[in-house]
Amino acid sequence: MNIDWASVGSVFGVSLLVTVGLVGLFALGTVGLAKQGSAVLTSAAYACFALCAAAVAYGIYLIVG
Amino acid sequence: MEHVTLLLAVVIATALVFDFTNGFHDTANAMATTISTGALNPKIAVAMSAALNLVGAFLSVEVAKTISGGIVNEDGIRTQVIFAALVGAILWNLVTWLLGLPSSSSHALFGGLIGAAVMSAGTSAVNGDIVITKVLLPAVAAPVVAGLAALVAARLTFRIGRRTDDAATAKGYRAGQIASAALVSLAHGTNDAQKTMGVITLALVTGGVLAPGSNPPVWVIVCSGLAIALGTYIGGWRIIRTMGTGLTDLRPQQGFAAQTSAAISILASSHLGFSLSTTQVCSGAVMGAGLGRKGGVVRWSTATRMAVAWCLTLPAAALVAAGAEFVTGQGTWGIVLVAVVLVAASASIWLAARRRPVTAESVTASPMTSEPAPAPAPVPGAQPARRDEDTGLGATLAGPAPAPPQSAAA
Repeated sequence: MNIDWASVGSVFGVSLLVTVGLVGLFALGTVGLAKQGSAVLTSAAYACFALCAAAVAYGIYLIVG
Repeated sequence: MEHVTLLLAVVIATALVFDFTNGFHDTANAMATTISTGALNPKIAVAMSAALNLVGAFLSVEVAKTISGGIVNEDGIRTQVIFAALVGAILWNLVTWLLGLPSSSSHALFGGLIGAAVMSAGTSAVNGDIVITKVLLPAVAAPVVAGLAALVAARLTFRIGRRTDDAATAKGYRAGQIASAALVSLAHGTNDAQKTMGVITLALVTGGVLAPGSNPPVWVIVCSGLAIALGTYIGGWRIIRTMGTGLTDLRPQQGFAAQTSAAISILASSHLGFSLSTTQVCSGAVMGAGLGRKGGVVRWSTATRMAVAWCLTLPAAALVAAGAEFVTGQGTWGIVLVAVVLVAASASIWLAARRRPVTAESVTASPMTSEPAPAPAPVPGAQPARRDEDTGLGATLAGPAPAPPQSAAA
């Protein structure tokens, strides 16, 4: 029996880190927009969303490729 | 297509039926939480998922080299073995749909292939080690991986938003949830529609219509894409209800965390060489996200029934497929008999489902734990009056147990 523990571990690590990172970014963006504060806050929120959009684009690239 | 025999035509039709059941069985994976948190109207959600599944089917030209990933020795496999495997997989998908239990369509197909191959060529046709590394281990790992990620992510959303009004952020989370659900749908179309294309192509190769190693013909790609999209659009509302409201209660940020965790786990696993089942990833993510809120609960009775269904998927599909393979091996009458039994069993499962229907309108109305008000009989007089037994069917897993021996005996 040859279980590839390295790929099990990497799937685990990547899923956890990317999920938490992405959801965190999106949450920061959402909360930033909801607060309706300064222009800085709003642009920071949009920057968060832009990063999330880039992640989605990378996801589509992975699916297609 | 000049030498398409009766058997081959039956296999192709059966493969498309499997593709269809795969679609409606797995709509829940992408759309259950999107529907239950109110991010999308149920009908729009399934329509979007269907469209993305269809797109996904055309996206990738890289066909799965083997339909079973090395579990079954596919060299010299006979066409009727594929047919028997599909029969086992379809029946298991329908039974679990009737019970509203999400279970892996791929595992059902693997189980069917294993059962049919063992009956046809003996145990040497199956690679036991790969069964463990490709089926058992992922089944345990998937909910843990996606569940933990969703749990941590859901906690994080509550922590980041603790000084913000929930209503102000709900819209944002719903939009995010739709985006991750779209990714799951797209990935599903690429993976699972390709699986059916692989099955049909293998059948065409074994039937001598295509040369070994051929790419699937365009009509195969189109049919597979349409079958899975149609199945997705019809919507397995029973399973959507279980996943969306039966397992736990989700708020928009939890739904977003669950769906994102599912999308990322699926993509990460399929690109890092350790494939996880979409269904198991999504169920795990929903449970994890449910636990990610203070006071959040998971209905472990539903989760346990689901886990039991996962354990039974492979052996049950294998048993039915082995029986079907035994009967089809008897000659043309056997193939016809199995086809008739498949149609009859599917029809009776569908009739049983209509007694207590779950529709787009009622999918979010009531969680699994509180039984819905008696539904109006859809077709008066179409079934025998056995109304009192309905609840037993929905409430226990013992229901489907007699099914495999029955079909095996047939």
